Amino acid sequence: MSETVEITCISCPMGCDVELEVNEDDDIVDIDGNSCQAGIEYVKNEYRNPTRILPTTARVKGGVLPLVPVKTDEPMPKGLLDEAMEEIAKVELEAPVELGDVVIENILDTGVNIVATRDLPKK
Amino acid sequence: MNKQEYELVVVGGGPAGLAAAQEAYDQGVRDILILERDFELGGILQQCIHNGFGLHYFGEELTGPEYAQQFMENVRERGVDIKLDTMVLEVTPEKDVYAINSDDGMLYIDAEAVILAMGCRERTREAIDIPGTRPAGVYSAGTAQRYVNMEQWIPGEKVVILGSGDIGLIMARRMHLEGAEVEAVLEIMPFSGGLVRNIVQCLDDFDIPLRMQQTVTEIHGKDRLEAVTVAEVDENMQPIPGTEYKIECDTLLLSVGLIPENELSKDAGVKMHDVTGGPIVNEGRETNIEGIFACGNVLHVHDLVDWVTEESLVAGKTAANYLQGGIDKREQEIEVNPGENVGYIVPQKITNDVEDRKLVDLYMRCKKPMEHVTINLYSGDKKLLDKNERRVEPGEMITFPVPEQMISDDMDSLKVDIVKEGE
Amino acid sequence: MKDKTDILIIGGGVTGCFAARELSRYDLDITLVEKEPSLCTGTTKANTALIHAGFNADPDKLKGRLNMRGNQLYHERIQHELDVPIEWLGALVVAKEEEKLPKLEELLEKGQENGVPDLEIVKGDDIYDLEPHLADDAIAALHAPTAGIVNPFELTVALANNAAMNGADVYLEAGVEDIEDKGETKLVKTAKGDIEADIVINAAGLYADKIANMVGIDKFEITPRRGEYYLYDKQADIDVQTTVFPVPTKITKGIVVTPTDEGNVLIGPNAEVIESVENKSTTREGLDEVLNGAQKTIPELSKRNVIREFAGLRPAITETGDFLIEASDEVPGFINVAGIQSPGLASAPAIAEKVVGIVEEEIGGLKEDPDFDPNYEGPPKFRHMSHEEQAKLVEEDENYGQIICRCESVTKGEILEAIREPVGARTVNDIKRRVRPGSGRCQGGFCEPKVVNILSEELGIPENEVVLESEESKLLRERTKEPLLNEEEVSDNE
Ligand SMILES: Cc1cc2nc3c(=O)[nH]c(=O)nc-3n(C[C@H](O)[C@H](O)[C@H](O)COP(=O)(O)OP(=O)(O)OC[C@H]3O[C@@H](n4cnc5c(N)ncnc54)[C@H](O)[C@@H]3O)c2cc1C
Ligand SMILES: Cc1cc2nc3c(=O)[nH]c(=O)nc-3n(C[C@H](O)[C@H](O)[C@H](O)COP(=O)(O)OP(=O)(O)OC[C@H]3O[C@@H](n4cnc5c(N)ncnc54)[C@H](O)[C@@H]3O)c2cc1C
Ligand code: SF4
Repeated sequence: MSETVEITCISCPMGCDVELEVNEDDDIVDIDGNSCQAGIEYVKNEYRNPTRILPTTARVKGGVLPLVPVKTDEPMPKGLLDEAMEEIAKVELEAPVELGDVVIENILDTGVNIVATRDLPKK
Repeated sequence: MNKQEYELVVVGGGPAGLAAAQEAYDQGVRDILILERDFELGGILQQCIHNGFGLHYFGEELTGPEYAQQFMENVRERGVDIKLDTMVLEVTPEKDVYAINSDDGMLYIDAEAVILAMGCRERTREAIDIPGTRPAGVYSAGTAQRYVNMEQWIPGEKVVILGSGDIGLIMARRMHLEGAEVEAVLEIMPFSGGLVRNIVQCLDDFDIPLRMQQTVTEIHGKDRLEAVTVAEVDENMQPIPGTEYKIECDTLLLSVGLIPENELSKDAGVKMHDVTGGPIVNEGRETNIEGIFACGNVLHVHDLVDWVTEESLVAGKTAANYLQGGIDKREQEIEVNPGENVGYIVPQKITNDVEDRKLVDLYMRCKKPMEHVTINLYSGDKKLLDKNERRVEPGEMITFPVPEQMISDDMDSLKVDIVKEGE
Repeated sequence: MKDKTDILIIGGGVTGCFAARELSRYDLDITLVEKEPSLCTGTTKANTALIHAGFNADPDKLKGRLNMRGNQLYHERIQHELDVPIEWLGALVVAKEEEKLPKLEELLEKGQENGVPDLEIVKGDDIYDLEPHLADDAIAALHAPTAGIVNPFELTVALANNAAMNGADVYLEAGVEDIEDKGETKLVKTAKGDIEADIVINAAGLYADKIANMVGIDKFEITPRRGEYYLYDKQADIDVQTTVFPVPTKITKGIVVTPTDEGNVLIGPNAEVIESVENKSTTREGLDEVLNGAQKTIPELSKRNVIREFAGLRPAITETGDFLIEASDEVPGFINVAGIQSPGLASAPAIAEKVVGIVEEEIGGLKEDPDFDPNYEGPPKFRHMSHEEQAKLVEEDENYGQIICRCESVTKGEILEAIREPVGARTVNDIKRRVRPGSGRCQGGFCEPKVVNILSEELGIPENEVVLESEESKLLRERTKEPLLNEEEVSDNE
């Protein structure tokens, strides 16, 4: 028995709805609906190992703002986004913060770091 | 009154103002002042903490604050004067600028050139005419974005978002990730104005439903928002009786469009364009008032900040030329007119004779989404140039570079249309 | 809250506040209680704001007589004493059909009988000199130069503050829950505590029948009649000069188009009897009726440039269709000021005058307070000043150098003043009504967070305790990250 999975390709503005056919062994047996080659790469990756950049904020004490924006320095597994949010929520930094400062190293053992995306001076 | 003189005053320290100031400096202008009403530079980008900026300009994907910081550092390095927490109250046609802050009091600045870069504001509930009560809990998406990302406040727990442009989509993800429940994103049109990527990564990833051709027809709740009535709409965007249903929620975020912020421009006598809501400009981004320029979202609403930067560099450069002895005019002005399926084109006219210029970029929006199209440039009946695109949509600005050598002295108008490939 | 007073006024609308202010001229202890966190949240918040000239007033009715007197008092006294925008823009009743002309004549005669000065019927180009935006098929119009507009929010706030300056006490969030008639005095139970009063004045607007019921009076009932409005941006191209009425018919008074004191254009109201005194929602049908009606006199109007829609409820006593202003003969010391529908605002000074008369009778003479000061000045209006005046203001106080509302150019200084007045602002909407941040085209998108922040600092409460209007209308929930941390704690506890 094979199964069909729908994935929207986002490699370009076309946004093709691509169908993957996957067999019992989880092998991709067919790909349909893409308009170009780039779409195949994208959906394979998105099926096997979907990853995302997570942009969010972290709390800061004594800064000109109570939050500093942060992001993952590499895409991280999509399934861990919610958990990562909880980890980041626990952090409270001290101002000043600089762009690029590592806020959490190797979050949830993903090998990805959470880094600040702006300077935040002291109040 | 605190009187000062500057060669160039830039109103607004967002990406537009920053890039314009930077370029004017690099072209040799030294006496530049940026006036910004917020406590810091960067404009709206400081609250756009998501990634998706700079792919075109920097060749890498940055977040809003990262993009902004780059340009903030650039102007600081150049020693451009900056006044923060300073609101510009008036710009006169003579380029007198009145601004105010708590330290200097009222500033009266005699400027030789002014660049308007005030950005835009969000359309409100009344702009789209939703009847009902007036409880707490109805916000524009941008206001909510500032609260959540900068002020550290979450406006509510159960959220409905009206409008599926990028801001609405981005806020759906932000609210979800910060622990709120996003019940639905509603879109009155049959298509979303947002990027496919944002639909996938902001909605699909979290199973947030996107409901097309639906809108909010009534707001309920005496004190705090309690629910919204939603209805399907017909092809004229009118609610279809009988399709109404209620969604319980304590928060409604409106992402229903942006309006260029041109009150200052109008007072300065700058002529506005009906469709863009911004000034009418030439290719140097100069308005009808000599020495007053405009760029960025105050001129027309951009979806990508990269184009804001490009446009503002042009404005900065022309302002510098203006200050350094004037701009040569073409013998004949060329009107730039939108043709089939083109909503607007900026600039609205080409008037300058610039020696070292290779390209004139036309920025435009299509009226409806189309796939496999040809974009044609005509002078009269004569086709000058075309380019094919896989897909165009109103949410994404199209840039169309026109080589300088194609623009000849005997032209009086250019026209662009967007048609199905092969037509 | 104090526990005794000579006179207790229930209701912080224009009626209650005017009564408080006029009574504070005398050697009396005055207390006003209002159930909401701010003044002016009832009918006084949402109306057309006209000081009617009185040509349509029915001299057989109290409301007709008080309208005439009220208009006179605004002209003679109020506009000079209180720092409140009142403008005598005049009114036009516009006829577009021949068959409406007799009605116009009738209004003229009635107005002249009522003593309305300077009424005349204008024709042809003269009509368009008075109002250039009128539909081009107008054939005649009744012109009433003594009609005016007033800012009802600033008026009410000025009255309450002037009363407070003269010794009255004003308690907000002090809703009256019950009244015990103890013969000589009344024990009034409020959300803020009990207070014993010799005289109680019921000016509770839409709730006046419920208040009367508390002492056993059930001779009248308030029926809410809703009216809806559209308000336009100041910069809209249609800058109407004067208040424009269509000729009234037996069925409808028609939709009014009028400038506001700040130069916005306001259109409305329709009239619809509804069930609940709480139902201030606008409706598709109502708003459409308003726009269609307004287009009859000013055809250029559309939905373009609308910046606000709202609805108000007229607290009508249907049986009489009139005001009810009297000392109860069932319950001595209890004065009803009820059924104050339109023209309640225009009549307000005269209503207060009448109330003073009734109190005088009840008490048997009043003694003037020699220290009474009739003058009140509100926060400065930065937006109306020249740049030179603005410069001077910032020099004196740097808070005037911080613009909080960009659309209306409202400074932090003005907002602080509004909060620090004797009867200070406590809610976002109250600040908006008094000094206008959020009244412009962006409707608070830009300034609301800033206003919330200032309120939070001044009142010493966290920002998520700041309310929009009513006690329950909090604007913010939790600090970002809290929901995520809470979940964590919950799972830790399990
Ligand atoms: C929510 C949102 C999401 C976006 N997402 C993306 C994205 O993913 N990728 C992307 O490339 N682009 C995105 N954009 C678009 C991009 O950010 C904007 O086009 C760009 O920031 C506009 O720059 P600007 O300088 O014209 O305006 P702004 O950034 O708005 O700057 C205008 C500045 O002028 C100041 N100002 C205004 N009036 C006055 C006055 N009277 N006196 C003094 N100062 C004044 C303002 O305070 C502000 O700082 C997004 C925009 C928004 C709103
Ligand atoms: C659509 C419309 C248009 C109008 N147009 C005009 C016009 O153009 N010109 C004109 O002259 N008049 C007009 N009016 C009439 C005018 O607005 C009213 O007559 C006037 O505002 C009534 O004021 P008020 O103080 O009596 O009532 P309100 O303003 O309703 O005040 C009553 C107050 O009592 C408070 N209260 C209620 N219950 C309690 C309690 N238990 N304890 C404590 N406090 C309580 C309420 O919260 C409220 O603040 C209009 C009215 C409407 C609805
Ligand atoms: S499949 Fe190709 S054309 Fe379709 S969205 Fe992906 S990249 Fe674009």
